[in-house]
Amino acid sequence: MDLHKKRKLVNKVALSMSLLAMAFGLFWLAWVLATTLKLGVTGLSWELFSRMTPPPGASEPGGLLNAIVGSLIMISLATALGTPIGILSGIYLAEYGRHTWLGQATQFINGILLSAPSIIVGLFVYSAYVAQMGNFSGMAGVFALALIVLPVVVATSENMLRLVPDTMREAAFALGAPKHVTILKVTLKASMAGVVTGILLAVARIAGETAPLLFTALSNQFWSINLNKPMANLPVTIFKFAMSPFKDWQEIAWAGVFLITLGILGLNILARIFLGNKNKQ
Amino acid sequence: MARTNPSRTLKAAMTNTEVSSFTDQTKHKLGETVFFNLTRAASLLTLLLLLAIIVSLIHGSWPAIQKFGFGFLLSGDWNPPLDTFGALIPIYGTLVTSFIALLIAVPISFGIALFLTELSPPWLRTPLGTAIELLAAIPSIVYGMWGLLYYAPLFAQYVQPTLNATLGNLPLIGTLFTGPMMGIGILSASVILAIMIIPFIAAIMRDVFAVTPPMLKESAYGVGCTTWEVVWYVVLPHTKVGVIGGIMLGLGRALGETMAVTFLIGNMNTFNGFSLFLPGNSIASALANEFAEAESALYTSALLELGLILFAITFIVLALSKLLLLRLSRQAAIKL
Repeated sequence: MDLHKKRKLVNKVALSMSLLAMAFGLFWLAWVLATTLKLGVTGLSWELFSRMTPPPGASEPGGLLNAIVGSLIMISLATALGTPIGILSGIYLAEYGRHTWLGQATQFINGILLSAPSIIVGLFVYSAYVAQMGNFSGMAGVFALALIVLPVVVATSENMLRLVPDTMREAAFALGAPKHVTILKVTLKASMAGVVTGILLAVARIAGETAPLLFTALSNQFWSINLNKPMANLPVTIFKFAMSPFKDWQEIAWAGVFLITLGILGLNILARIFLGNKNKQ
Repeated sequence: MARTNPSRTLKAAMTNTEVSSFTDQTKHKLGETVFFNLTRAASLLTLLLLLAIIVSLIHGSWPAIQKFGFGFLLSGDWNPPLDTFGALIPIYGTLVTSFIALLIAVPISFGIALFLTELSPPWLRTPLGTAIELLAAIPSIVYGMWGLLYYAPLFAQYVQPTLNATLGNLPLIGTLFTGPMMGIGILSASVILAIMIIPFIAAIMRDVFAVTPPMLKESAYGVGCTTWEVVWYVVLPHTKVGVIGGIMLGLGRALGETMAVTFLIGNMNTFNGFSLFLPGNSIASALANEFAEAESALYTSALLELGLILFAITFIVLALSKLLLLRLSRQAAIKL
């Protein structure tokens, strides 16, 4: 075979492999989503949203009401706690600390915290809060989730603020605006779509987090909205039910998986559409 | 947009804004100080968070460190009832699963990045890229439950016998592919890990491939290179630092992945041989399974030390990844 033919062949083989790799990735996505959809839809029922998680061997059908409410409470509180600090820190990194040691160190460390194992966050909150208070609690879960929200929001708000052209800042300064007014009324406003996207992605990230809740919020079979007591939540309930031998528990777990996946994919797509539309303007 | 005359805009601005009074100025100065320090405190908090995590992990694992010393890392004896703990098996499981996951994920991510940057028609790039990114959005626990109930049985029925019949006959590495075909074990967990880290590695590879200067690529095409030759001899060498950074990021993710591995690795704390079909344990899944039930103080402490080891390994890997990616972005900034 001459060189020309060989090179063409190598090219064809490599490009076909690349196509196969793409198909491989899409295949898993389709398989996971199809399974979740199929089992989740069959598991959906009115009881799911109106009843508590069932005890083992219950004769009546159970639901996920306490877990759904617990998850919603913890996710909203964690977002409310982590977002303002994250945005402030992002502002510092993008506007004040670009060339300071604190800015550079924080940016570096934040990048690591962003990918650090979430179970470590759970361990940290356990030792720093749960062990001190003496019991598992919803509040500990909120702290753990907030610590996961924080780096996501810091990174996205910093990146989005950096995309704002310096000419806009200069224009505001030329009008005599002090720096904090410039940031709040010009740069932050200009990058609002990006910052909101970051928050949506952070919510999507913590909605499915199980590891950090295992030994902070734990789980609760009963209705409880007391933040100082263990609190039911979807991920840990799914974990417990999926590993169980009971058929009805597994069905409920699938319905939970469906709800979480639907919510997270929805948030992700929403975030992308939101950012995409803003970019086109 | 037409460029406006700067002096005219300035004049307009000056007539439009009132001359700020003295009190306004002090108010602004105070506001500025408060706001600046608020943002700085928030940044400092992020930094302190890392310090607090390290301190609390060391503090919590101190009893175990004192009791077992360096031997903790080398002993494979994990026996909670007798209060003897050694981390070797979870460390081995973590490293092996992550390594196999990388072996699978790196070539596939490369293929995906190649497809997205060179092959795909432009209108398909965004939807396909988003689809791959969605793989990363699916929560770990979903992979775990689906993996245990749907993927593991098929893995045991089709993939494991095939591997056993082919690779299992090879000398040396053959023993890796023998043993019980249960669909649960180190190899099975590694495959799921690979799927979970593909989106991270592929996204970074795609992004760094995209920053290769078009001039370099076009000159290669100009001298008659095929697409593959351009990617392999021009794009890849140019972006190698970033590609390695992306691989390290994937490794960092794989090392700490918890729920999916917990479902699939088998959670076995004894070492029965090197076969990849055998169940094992990883640091993260040992923590997920045992921490809430740990009875004795020493047990908790040993688990915290496991967490400390995991954090140390992932910290080093992720720091390296970040440094490599920073180097590439500086390189790109200089060239632009």
